[in-house]
Amino acid sequence: MIVDAFIVLFGVLALVFAGIVLVARQPMRAALALVAHMTSLAAIFACLDVHVIALFQVLIYVGAVMVFMVYTIMLLDDRDLAYRKRFSATLVPGVAVAVVTGLALLRVLGPAGPGAPTTTTGLGPFSFSAFSAAFMTRYWLHFELATVLLLAGIVAAWAVIREER
Amino acid sequence: MIHRYEFLLALAVALFAMGLLGVMVRRNLLVVVMSLELMLNAVVLSFVAAAAHTQTLDGAAMTFFIYVAATCEIALAMALLVLLVRRRGTLDLAAGHELKG
Repeated sequence: MIVDAFIVLFGVLALVFAGIVLVARQPMRAALALVAHMTSLAAIFACLDVHVIALFQVLIYVGAVMVFMVYTIMLLDDRDLAYRKRFSATLVPGVAVAVVTGLALLRVLGPAGPGAPTTTTGLGPFSFSAFSAAFMTRYWLHFELATVLLLAGIVAAWAVIREER
Repeated sequence: MIHRYEFLLALAVALFAMGLLGVMVRRNLLVVVMSLELMLNAVVLSFVAAAAHTQTLDGAAMTFFIYVAATCEIALAMALLVLLVRRRGTLDLAAGHELKG
């Protein structure tokens, strides 16, 4: 099916751009590769018909978080020592731990259970109205707690900037 | 023929392991923060894959809270990072090891 082909294509793209993040010498190149990686994931979400999350991914991650990161890179000096040496002294143990963790996670997750039949009629469970209703009814407390967390983040960032002065 | 859900979970595991690798082996503090974002993205992918597999909203709604946490994290991390660079003059994670006393 063509959707599966697109999912595989964007999955491979996401892997390739994640690899570029790991090996890029300049942080700006790593940041741009991360933008491409996140856009590939948004495309996968769109292929899965979860359009709301795909929009969130592009708006919040690519639009806000990564622009913030790119501004920070531009604030810093590009003659830094960390740009010349890419990898730390824990390269070999790091590779070993990452491989073992990946294999362990694959072992734990195991094969898929029986999935629900995909709905082809109507708006489906991932429409904007379904999300809005869920956030107003079932997740209202979590939603309010998330706003408190954001407020705490703003206050903490402000406190750090005051320290900087 | 591999199932779509299993492919997405394997992809999420691979991306998570790559993020972990970046956190452990990279020297530049900015790239370490980016690798943390890679790990968060892998978790988001696994949540959305599970939601699409079971056709329920819960997994997809959970990603919204991951986004909120990630936004808070990145705002604080960038502020702290600029502060650290002003104090130590470098983004190198190993630079702190050379301090004496």
